[in-house]
Amino acid sequence: MSASAPTVSTHLARVLDANGSAPTSPISGGLRYQAPSIDEVGVAERVARFRSRSIKAESKRAAIDLAMRMIDLTTLEGKDTPGKVRQMCAKAKNPGAGAPPVAAVCVYANMARVAREAVQGSGLHVAAVSTSFPSGMSSLPLRLEETRWAISEGADEIDMVISRGRFLAGEDNAIFDEVAQIKEACGPAHLKVILETGELQTLDAVRRASEIAMDAGADFIKTSTGKVSPAATMDVTYVMLCAIRDYFERTGRMVGMKPAGGIRDTKTAISYLVMVKETLGPAWLSPDYFRIGASALANDLLMQIVKERTKAYQSPLYFSAD
Amino acid sequence: MASRSKPRSLAAKNGSAATPTPKITQNGVATDGGSKEAIAVPGGAINAFVNETLYAPAPESTDHVRLEAKYPLFIGGQWQEPTDGGYAKTINPATEATIAEVATAGKNDVERAIGAAREAQGKWAKLPALERGKYLFRVARLIQERSRELAIIESMNGGKPIREARDVDLPIVAQHFFYHAGWADKLEYAFPGETTAPLGVVGQIIPWNFPLMMAAWKIAPALACGNTVVLKPAETTPLTAMKLAEIFQDAGVPEGVVNIINGGGSTGAALVNHAGLDKIAFTGSTEVGKGIMKALAGTGRQYTLELGGKAAHIIFEDAPLDEAVEGIVNGIFFNQGHVCCAGSRVLIQESVADTVVARLKRRLDTLIVGDPLDKNTDIGAINSREQLGRITTLVNAGVEEGACIYQPSQSLPSRGFYFAPTIFTETAQSHRIVQEEIFGPVVTIQTFRTPDEAIEKANNTRYGLSAGVWTDKGAKIFKTTSALRAGVVWANTFNRFDPSAPFGGYKESGIGREGGVQGLRSYLRFE
Repeated sequence: MSASAPTVSTHLARVLDANGSAPTSPISGGLRYQAPSIDEVGVAERVARFRSRSIKAESKRAAIDLAMRMIDLTTLEGKDTPGKVRQMCAKAKNPGAGAPPVAAVCVYANMARVAREAVQGSGLHVAAVSTSFPSGMSSLPLRLEETRWAISEGADEIDMVISRGRFLAGEDNAIFDEVAQIKEACGPAHLKVILETGELQTLDAVRRASEIAMDAGADFIKTSTGKVSPAATMDVTYVMLCAIRDYFERTGRMVGMKPAGGIRDTKTAISYLVMVKETLGPAWLSPDYFRIGASALANDLLMQIVKERTKAYQSPLYFSAD
Repeated sequence: MASRSKPRSLAAKNGSAATPTPKITQNGVATDGGSKEAIAVPGGAINAFVNETLYAPAPESTDHVRLEAKYPLFIGGQWQEPTDGGYAKTINPATEATIAEVATAGKNDVERAIGAAREAQGKWAKLPALERGKYLFRVARLIQERSRELAIIESMNGGKPIREARDVDLPIVAQHFFYHAGWADKLEYAFPGETTAPLGVVGQIIPWNFPLMMAAWKIAPALACGNTVVLKPAETTPLTAMKLAEIFQDAGVPEGVVNIINGGGSTGAALVNHAGLDKIAFTGSTEVGKGIMKALAGTGRQYTLELGGKAAHIIFEDAPLDEAVEGIVNGIFFNQGHVCCAGSRVLIQESVADTVVARLKRRLDTLIVGDPLDKNTDIGAINSREQLGRITTLVNAGVEEGACIYQPSQSLPSRGFYFAPTIFTETAQSHRIVQEEIFGPVVTIQTFRTPDEAIEKANNTRYGLSAGVWTDKGAKIFKTTSALRAGVVWANTFNRFDPSAPFGGYKESGIGREGGVQGLRSYLRFE
């Protein structure tokens, strides 16, 4: 994980050199994190340019293949059962139409064991949402305990939520500490930190939350739980990608990005990939550094794969509904 | 979890950004053919989307574009052969292939065009204003209906990327006709308590950078106010004006209200020196503008001039920097920098200069230069061989003066006129590239320490067409913009146009305003 960093500021050195123990926040007392300002109109204009890219022919086929490999196929419902999860895992391993398997399945912690058994041997990751998902409204010890339990149940990726209420109340240190401690509890499991941008609302807040999460050790930063509207938008994702880029320049550490919710069709997914490519460069165009949290997207990609091959759109009935 | 690979792209780019680039050629810079590390996706395959710098071609289809082989003069509502002019070829600057032949007007042809406009003017001015408005609305709608075809021709004839012709030029063209159509019967509300009358016959000379948009900016207000016009498009970009003539025919606009004649400098001079005109409206170079002022001095004929510019684009340390970088890109690389209000002089506060320049260089590496008709092209072809020569001369002068040049290492097409996007750092007010309008994809970057220094540098120019300011502080925006001596000042954006916003310059950037109520005023006589 360590890369030679061009410049590492003092507080970040603490993050990186921490000998397995949780880093401490660079700010103290009631101070807030410094983050660069964001102009929403400018962001919208930049995003419009990504959307206006016209991706055709071999570029399109390659992008579709890549998008499929980046999906965290997700089910997060109160009515989830082992049966449902096993069927989704079957789809994840073999989506059909000759498409590659997705990157991971994403489930509640109590479904992690079922999911782990279902994907055993396939190389797929099992992501469990944790830390009192989706609200995070619980005590830190319980959220830590839930995280350890999810990992013991077979999860190798943890999708945590930050305490948005405390963040909005100005308690940046509390957010830093919870992310750092949960990262410690994760051990070797990878930590995705959900900012729930739909609740943070402003892009300035998204940028600041991204900085805190990365400083505190996040392996990925993630937009949304999928339970709040709006979920992922390109504008929010762009701001987070810029934060990842700046963090990499400061520290040499590559943090991943996961937009989740709201990416339902191929065209939108490809626009996201264009954005990653032109903001962070091709090194991030890998399931190790970019994931898409989605359920409906997979079948739209499949339809496009078949359409590219046969030049005709097929009925949704020809694609498995799991 | 699979072990994660080491970072590549940004590290590589940081490296290349620090290396000063090389020798200039006619078409910009030769690539260094830098080695590229292929990145495999899981499963071992090489993915074209990940590993190719560019995207697969996405050319706009030209199937439905209808162009004649020859366009005569459009005089008195008819296509007429030139009497003392001739024909000239017009080319596609991206391929250097001839697209069509277009008539050039001689002195006698200019005379006929002005005569036709004069004959039509009385009736046009006496039409109920609502009727004049109806014609303009009809033209606006026809432009919208044919916008795809017009955008493609604009791109083919002028070299601009189809994305810009489609998303910027054509919408603005239609907006200008809609906006002025609305004013036609409301002039008494635009100027309450004043009695207005049209000027009469107006000669209009437009440049090659926004051929159709400039035609719209000129024709729409003139007609709304009851004038008739003789329009001379630029020598290199006559084709969309010819299509516009067809639209005026289709809209049933009375014969002679709009006359369009092509030609070069001599045709323009014949128009400027003709005593039968009531006004000259000109957009083009400061040099020609000065000549027009001299020619018209003491004649009683009116004029408005939109001339050159060397806009200051000020980035304060508290600005949203990523968006400011995008603002710089939109400010100077829009339309290959062939924009009179382009943000060609960037002034960055020293505390953030290194960051902004590094990000700007990285952004430059993602700009796609190439076929203007490809939907992914960001920077198209330079309008003409002459213009490419002028840009090259000035860029070489910049290098000789000791400025530091950066160009991305993307190869340029071998045919056609292209110039790589270019940044000059380590520049100073005394450099030619800072003082003179380059009118190409070339930006100079200077630094400043305090707001006063920024304003002083921004105003230290013979021009004053536009300027831009980036800061997060509202109060700083107002303080800075009111101190800048420029006709248009943008805050936290750049190169935004709206028909209701007056556009025009201070100092050597011109006289008069176009657009808005102020623009109407210069097409009216106040009695």
